[in-house]
Amino acid sequence: MTSNTKSGKDTIEGLQCPIPLQDYPRVLLAHGGGGRLMRQLIEKMFLAAFDNPTLKLMNDAAVLKMDSSSLAMTTDSYVVQPLFFPGGDIGSLAVFGTVNDLAMCGAEPLYLSAGFILEEGLPMETLWRVVQSMRTAAQRTGVQIVAGDTKVIDTGTGDGLYINTTGVGTVKSGINIGPAQVRQGDVVLVNGDIGRHGIAIMAVREGLEFETTLESDCAPLAEVVKELVDSGVELHCLRDLTRGGLAAGLIEIAHSAGVHIHISEKYISVQEDVRGACEILGLDPLYVANEGRFVVILPEKDSDKAKAIIEKHFPAFPARIIGKVEKEAQPVVTLENFLGSRRVLDLPSGEQLPRIC
Amino acid sequence: MKYLDEFRDAGAARYWAEAIKRTVTRPWTVMEVCGGQTHAIVKHGLDQLLPDEVTLVHGPGCPVCVTPVELIDHAIAISLQPETILCSFGDMMRVPGSERDLLSAKAEGGDVRLVYSPMDALDLAKAHPDREVVFFAVGFETTAPANAMAVYQARQQEVRNFSLLVSHVRVPPAIESILSSPQNQVQGFLLAGHVCTIMGWEEYEPLIEKYRIPLVVTGFEPVDILQGVCMCVEQLEQGRAEVANQYTRAVNREGNRHAQELIQQVFEITPRLWRGMGTITESGLGLTPAFRDFDAAQRFPVEKGPTRNSPDCISGDILLGLKKPHECPSFGTSCTPDQPLGAPMVSSEGACAAYYRYRNNGKVYDLKH
Repeated sequence: MTSNTKSGKDTIEGLQCPIPLQDYPRVLLAHGGGGRLMRQLIEKMFLAAFDNPTLKLMNDAAVLKMDSSSLAMTTDSYVVQPLFFPGGDIGSLAVFGTVNDLAMCGAEPLYLSAGFILEEGLPMETLWRVVQSMRTAAQRTGVQIVAGDTKVIDTGTGDGLYINTTGVGTVKSGINIGPAQVRQGDVVLVNGDIGRHGIAIMAVREGLEFETTLESDCAPLAEVVKELVDSGVELHCLRDLTRGGLAAGLIEIAHSAGVHIHISEKYISVQEDVRGACEILGLDPLYVANEGRFVVILPEKDSDKAKAIIEKHFPAFPARIIGKVEKEAQPVVTLENFLGSRRVLDLPSGEQLPRIC
Repeated sequence: MKYLDEFRDAGAARYWAEAIKRTVTRPWTVMEVCGGQTHAIVKHGLDQLLPDEVTLVHGPGCPVCVTPVELIDHAIAISLQPETILCSFGDMMRVPGSERDLLSAKAEGGDVRLVYSPMDALDLAKAHPDREVVFFAVGFETTAPANAMAVYQARQQEVRNFSLLVSHVRVPPAIESILSSPQNQVQGFLLAGHVCTIMGWEEYEPLIEKYRIPLVVTGFEPVDILQGVCMCVEQLEQGRAEVANQYTRAVNREGNRHAQELIQQVFEITPRLWRGMGTITESGLGLTPAFRDFDAAQRFPVEKGPTRNSPDCISGDILLGLKKPHECPSFGTSCTPDQPLGAPMVSSEGACAAYYRYRNNGKVYDLKH
């Protein structure tokens, strides 16, 4: 494609869409039909963007060389609406989300697969923007997208575009991070403010208008985790905070580990406009989704060192110790409020639903 | 938010808690009317700051909780008709009808949309002229003006495919119903601040004359509620019975006259069936004859089948303040937010939901930990 195309829309941030947009401005069922159009889409869009030797072999499966360390593997599907939101898009989310899950086991993320379910009629330009965003995100996190799949479904049966990514990474010997390692007296660290992703998405999706534009906190966590691991701090448990927010993340850990986690409201950062939006909608920011926040549970002796590393990667907000693992064996998360009284944090049934008045 | 912070100040909260302790000399039972206040009390553990003499009981002010099962069934039936879109606030989605809730109706193919304002539903009607858009108009006087405005504008703009399924309720008749019950133990009320923002408090003055009890218009933040309790206890100790206003930053005696005029233009006072409390005269709002074309109940009549309320649910006693949620044998066992027997377990303003969510299945978590 050259810049003298009829549509003039195929150049995105200096990159050019290799699929002739004037020929196929929208995804057709044939783009998933196994024929020439599908091959063209794979070669010109996906192969070009995710360029790496393994993918180029176009085998039925990617054959990956690993060293003798343990393998970590995870999978996640991304169905976010809208596809593009302040601070990110479905493409960056699909890379960061899966990479972050690997990082939470102390793994070094290496490879991703990408499965696309495209709705017939999706503008090719939209797909191109998403793919470019995935490419940038993969480069940033040092992973290669080495396998993929494309299916096209009928108009009206999907939401434009869904992505599934599966990720694998290696875990160095001697690293054992997970709820089972959590010990009494450990402290709970968070890498910044909470709830911003959920409110940013909700604001765009529901047409809520605020005085400021809220940006999602969508961010990769592999680098910070790698530095934490390499620094030798004794990491007991890591958890990225996604749907269900900080509360759900901690409740899951408390139940898996069989421990009582006690946190204090006054140490939890919630940005002013997120608090305002939650206030209006009757939502509890503790339960609102994040995409670039994680908790670190570790012995108190290592907390200063860990804080300094986290703050280097997330300078906008101070990393804070928000709570502690207490001696009681009952698996529960409690919160101390501004009055000093405690309440239990319980898992919601499903999503939080905005209230009447 | 800075504006709210001063009403969540620990020092101010302790000041009012101390003031209550200094004032009280004998036992008093005070009811907070609004479910929003109930949640603030349980969430912040405000009842734990009160002296033993003061008992707070939770009132009927959760609009979702008092919506009768008949109307939920009607909303579900409307949502399952092929040409309709049923719009509702999020609170209503999980409230059990006889057979299912609105979320299940959505999963079965009903077009149920969660909206933040009735005006969103009106916009939806304009965007889909080939569909019938029904807004489930639930709430106390607080939400009545916005719902009235949506219908008013629908008529002005000739949006014929828009209608309201009305389940509006009024606070004063509910208070009178509680006071006139032979089982009543409530000696003073914290009135719902947001209802009074619209309605003022003139309409509560006859209750003072008839029942000789203090009524304190109260806000929703921890400091508001503790100050409201203090003002109520002062009156009780001194043998006074007046309407007092704690929520001065939002409420005056007249209320919002413009909003009231709009309500009067669109709605008229009707009897209304309350879940667990029966029919209370003059306790509801229905569309006036001029707006009756916009009444979804008439536009989409459904055959009234047998309704089913769980026989184990004591939501009536909960809503009247006669029992606390954890005194119900089903609480936390056969009735949970995942499998609710009644609305108070799922509404964000429901007392049972508050106890379940913040109190570890109803038991107060060791606060002196």
